[in-house]
Amino acid sequence: MSEQKKELVVVALENGTVIDHIPSDKLFKVVSILGLDKSEKQITIGNNLTSKKSGVKGIIKISDKYFKADEIDKIALVAPNAVLNIIKDYKVVEKQTIGLPEEIHDIIKCVNPKCITNNQPVPTRFEVVDKKNIVVKCHYCESMIGQNEIEIK
Amino acid sequence: MNSKSLVSITDYSKDKILKILDAAADFEANPNRDLLKGKVVATLFFEPSTRTRLSFETAINRLGGRVIGFSDAANTSTSKGETLHDTIRMVSNYVDLIVMRHPLDGAARYASEVGSVPIINAGDGSNQHPTQTLLDLYSIKKTQGRLENLNIYMVGDLKYGRTVHSLLMAMSHFKPNFTFIAPDELKMPEQYKVFCDKNGIPYKEQRELVGIENADILYMTRVQRERFQDLLEYERVKNVYKLKNAMLDGTKDNLRVLHPLPRVNEIDVDVDSNPKAYYFDQARNGVFVRQAVICDSLGLI
Ligand SMILES: [Zn+2]
Repeated sequence: MSEQKKELVVVALENGTVIDHIPSDKLFKVVSILGLDKSEKQITIGNNLTSKKSGVKGIIKISDKYFKADEIDKIALVAPNAVLNIIKDYKVVEKQTIGLPEEIHDIIKCVNPKCITNNQPVPTRFEVVDKKNIVVKCHYCESMIGQNEIEIK
Repeated sequence: MNSKSLVSITDYSKDKILKILDAAADFEANPNRDLLKGKVVATLFFEPSTRTRLSFETAINRLGGRVIGFSDAANTSTSKGETLHDTIRMVSNYVDLIVMRHPLDGAARYASEVGSVPIINAGDGSNQHPTQTLLDLYSIKKTQGRLENLNIYMVGDLKYGRTVHSLLMAMSHFKPNFTFIAPDELKMPEQYKVFCDKNGIPYKEQRELVGIENADILYMTRVQRERFQDLLEYERVKNVYKLKNAMLDGTKDNLRVLHPLPRVNEIDVDVDSNPKAYYFDQARNGVFVRQAVICDSLGLI
């Protein structure tokens, strides 16, 4: 691909965040978790782009937006291998890989209908027991939840 | 969180378990001690469990403490919609310790985070019931003289039975050899077998209640009708997992039969008079273990 063609695909960002290496089947999940469908910032979304790492990938560019830690945690649950590029004045000033934290506070819903967190005003809390396969354990009812069962609150 | 609380058996280290069992033996030798004199303990039973409540209240009374509380949430502020948070915050103002049973999973852990006094979990939904596990351990140690290197046979509902899961976790400190006897529908869940594998604990699985000659402990559980989709299968299983006195012929002299009670029909009444039947003594041991846990939570032993 020529340099010129590449530029057409990748619209330059002056300031903001590029979220790269999102699994294509999770791209729109990431959009909704981050509430980007309601954002008024300039957003460019690309999906099913060729990736050297993983076949196809999705990419999201958001102008004038930097994410806080708890927002990044949410992305980690569906796109653990995504990379955040922090852009300032057209340059990548920082690359952040997303790692699962040891604990996840009030982001996931517990799958157990009899869990205290589903019946009383108690914020959820999960311990990450397996970072590789993404398995979390409810701090309260001790239910184990795998990646495919994870439901964001 | 209040570190003196007991919510899950995994909150206790091996040393702590042994300390509690030793203290329980002291209470068995000398059950009436005024260690709780001047103290008030709340027993908050948001769902009824007469057996467990009486065991705790006996323990408190034998220690000279006073009890407040309720045995059923139906006529309390909870039935008017008060949250667990608010009930625990309020009761924390009045007492030195809270013993609670609640129908929701995780209720005790949450209570231990919002209350200002220690919480002892007397059962939270289908999740944990750690004093049951401690009394099982106490019964095993008392009847076998040790906890190490025992052949533990678990029989019946190994899928949903929380008592067998907690016992498995607690026994993992003591080099056990497990045999899991259950129908396919009620097999030991994968996560506990993985746990055994990781900790080098040998186990075998079988579907029939046979070949128990090497057992030191036969831990029976209830097989409940509502766990089965196929009622014909339930009728078959119910009889296969019923222990009869004749089946204890040829078993080891030190074998003891345990059951968390209440039983339905998984142990024939003809077993009751066999000296290997231990389930009624097992229940009695609960009082001593609970005396030990209560005193530990209050830093009295
Ligand atoms: Zn839960």
